[in-house]
Amino acid sequence: MNKQLGIVLLIGVFGLMAGCSSTSEEKSSDEATTTATDTTSGANMHDGGSMSEMHSGQADALSKRVVYFEFDSSDVTAEARDIISAHAQNLAQNSSLSVVLEGHADERGTREYNVALGERRAKAVQQLLVVQGVKASQIQVISFGEERPAAMGHDESAWSLNRRVEILYSGS
Amino acid sequence: MNKCKRIVLFFFVAIATVQPAYAALKIDITQGIDDALPIAVVPFKWLGTAPTRGASIPAPEDIAAIVESDLRRSGRFAPIPKRDLVGRPSHGSEVNYTAWRALGVDNLIVGHIAPLVDGTYEVQFQLLDMFKAEQLVGYKIRSRRSNLRRTAHQISDLIYEALMGVKGAFDTNISYVTLTRNYRKENVYRLAIADSDGYNEKIILESKNPIISPSWSPNGLQLAYVRFRDRVGAEVYIQSILTGQARRVATFRGTASAPAWSPDGKRLALTLYKDGNAEIYLYNLSRDTKVRVTRNSAVDTEPVWLPDGSAIIFTSDRGNGPQLYQVAVDANGVRGRPERLTFEGTYNARASVSPDGKFVAMVHRIEGSYRIAVLERETGYLRVLTESRLDESPSFAPNGSMIIYATEYRGRGVLSAVSVDGRAKQRLQFSGGDVREPAWSYFKK
Repeated sequence: MNKQLGIVLLIGVFGLMAGCSSTSEEKSSDEATTTATDTTSGANMHDGGSMSEMHSGQADALSKRVVYFEFDSSDVTAEARDIISAHAQNLAQNSSLSVVLEGHADERGTREYNVALGERRAKAVQQLLVVQGVKASQIQVISFGEERPAAMGHDESAWSLNRRVEILYSGS
Repeated sequence: MNKCKRIVLFFFVAIATVQPAYAALKIDITQGIDDALPIAVVPFKWLGTAPTRGASIPAPEDIAAIVESDLRRSGRFAPIPKRDLVGRPSHGSEVNYTAWRALGVDNLIVGHIAPLVDGTYEVQFQLLDMFKAEQLVGYKIRSRRSNLRRTAHQISDLIYEALMGVKGAFDTNISYVTLTRNYRKENVYRLAIADSDGYNEKIILESKNPIISPSWSPNGLQLAYVRFRDRVGAEVYIQSILTGQARRVATFRGTASAPAWSPDGKRLALTLYKDGNAEIYLYNLSRDTKVRVTRNSAVDTEPVWLPDGSAIIFTSDRGNGPQLYQVAVDANGVRGRPERLTFEGTYNARASVSPDGKFVAMVHRIEGSYRIAVLERETGYLRVLTESRLDESPSFAPNGSMIIYATEYRGRGVLSAVSVDGRAKQRLQFSGGDVREPAWSYFKK
């Protein structure tokens, strides 16, 4: 019994060590989670924020921070082009602003291929921003693949909302 | 605050350790094979007594039950129910061969477990052939109490090998990722490992952000995996299972993903996005250097190694849609041009190579469904093994007998395992939520 307790204690110490190293690391990522969740919900609400001075058409496009894609495609749709152009203008005029382009995929297909697909979608948006005068240094491209769906559910209505790129302004 | 956390953590670990082993994953056999071998596993005789007080202490572990469950789970055996057993022999010398033959039993497993003075246990078993009336295999194994489940799995491995001609894969681990929601309805991802029967679950990492693509180091001591972080995306880590110590590797600009440990344990094949799109690299862990494998504008990802380390199989959409390709590699990088492996269908991805290198399992799209298929290298024959809609992440058992994969069952993420011939199937369900991203370990050294 004593021996067993010894093993328990030993494993406890290992757990302690493991816990210490990962606790501090987890903490920072937890804080990051909160920030991003706020940003994401902001993007989904399509709120205009401080865009009131612009004329309504552009402000409307600028208020949209998510663009959607067809199945297994990274082609930018006509509707998405308008949104991206509005952001391109905004970023080109305000070189202090920067964005993270976060690509996503629906749940179909393999997780890693979907990371690549999400990245490719974000890249497609990046290219359109750059050709419209945005500096490469203002843009960061990342992908969450199928790991962070905007809509739950296993049908096209959910999938179509999940094939997307989110335009996340830093500090927003 | 920090101190308080430590104490709580300590108690959690201590409690988890003293509790009897339980299965976090519940396994159901969903399909056995018709010609499964009839076998009888007699409960092992417990030779323990309490010499001073006279009260009997039960055996610390039901070895026979674990062995029986292992054999049944493989789909290759049909253990007869306990109530049908004709007698309770614990040694070959006590067996009435005629009676067991009359029951239709080909093989019988008998044994005993005895406490030793130093607090350890002696487990003895024999596998007996009812027709030849002889022992096929028999061992005496000394084991600590905490190791008795493992001893039982080792016995199952020996029996499997004696009757099937291939080493069993019961004394192995699986890793997987679970997804649950906490009281604030936030996602909680846990990277875990467990015995191949779902017992002895151990959490390796907990995070509010997604974890994917665990890959075992060949010595079974470390896992490589992908962690996502807000506004950063995917990063590759390796972590020691024993100490929990983790470090980020391949810290190049941009996304890193899809790690696959090389058979010699020295390198990771992985996907880097720093060149503008997904390209495969071989990353040397001790030198922190890399060699580029692919070079084109298409997606190249999900690298896996051939068992001898001579080539990489990966997913690429350089043709039309994702297909599997193979390219020879050595210490300096690529040798020759990638060669396409899959031609059937418009979506073949995420390869897993059988330990003998003869089969490649993959995710194959057919009629809009994603299923697990296996390609026989020599003949080019592709066999679809599963029937569901969203099957993914196939991983071969180290003996090549089964492929574990992730699927859906009643709206939940579950794991399933299927034999390479598609005949035997089992489902591993996680009680607390979704489970995905299975990876079967190598044999323990």
